Amino acid sequence: MGGILFAGFLLLIGIIFGSMNERNHFARIEKAEVELSDIKIFNIKTLPDNLEKGGALVSGNVVIAVDYFKVFIAGFIMLFGGRMSAYEKMMERARREALIRMQREAKRLGADAIYNTRVEFSAVGQRPNKICGAELLAYGTAVRYS
Amino acid sequence: MTDIIVTNLETVPGRKIIQHLGIVQGNTVRAKHVGRDIMAGLKNIVGGELRGYTELLTDAREEATQRMMGEAIEKGANAVVNVRFSTSSITAGASELYAYGTTVVVE
Repeated sequence: MGGILFAGFLLLIGIIFGSMNERNHFARIEKAEVELSDIKIFNIKTLPDNLEKGGALVSGNVVIAVDYFKVFIAGFIMLFGGRMSAYEKMMERARREALIRMQREAKRLGADAIYNTRVEFSAVGQRPNKICGAELLAYGTAVRYS
Repeated sequence: MTDIIVTNLETVPGRKIIQHLGIVQGNTVRAKHVGRDIMAGLKNIVGGELRGYTELLTDAREEATQRMMGEAIEKGANAVVNVRFSTSSITAGASELYAYGTTVVVE
């Protein structure tokens, strides 16, 4: 009985704070994307001719976890199959945040664009029913137009 | 260590590659102490960023890159091109961060 109550309590916390967190995070992401829109991201290797000499590797990473409630719901969806929007959102948040952090670093260096951008995923703390997060890493070469 | 160029492009913008010196690599395996794991576990209830892990992985990747650059300097290179990162989880709670690239001499 106590166990069920405790699980219910965790679910409730997950629902309230999890969705609040997610909303706030998406709002922050959107604001930052507009702010950093002057730093263009490309995933091509072919460079234009009007570049200054040199370049620097820039990267951004973030580890994001889903909340307890969404893991619970995802467990049900797994029985029937279908879209798992909780994990879709988690990946989207992490990927966009990683790109933003990479752009921030490029901006600090005074760069204009990032070429050959790669985004890479790795799972963090893979233990059944324990901490389960996704690390997204974005990296590329920051260059300056002359 | 600042005068070495690191890039994930195949060339260095505006410079010509004179010589290839072969591949260099750097790796590190890291784990977080239990306290941080517990904190991350609590954070897992509400979801969101696990800052402790983000920092850990940033530091670890930095170290892997430093090791790679150290090797490049030993070889007498002045740039590392086509750098790639890879992460693999070895056991639960430990990750290997790996950075590798090609050392070159540019003009």
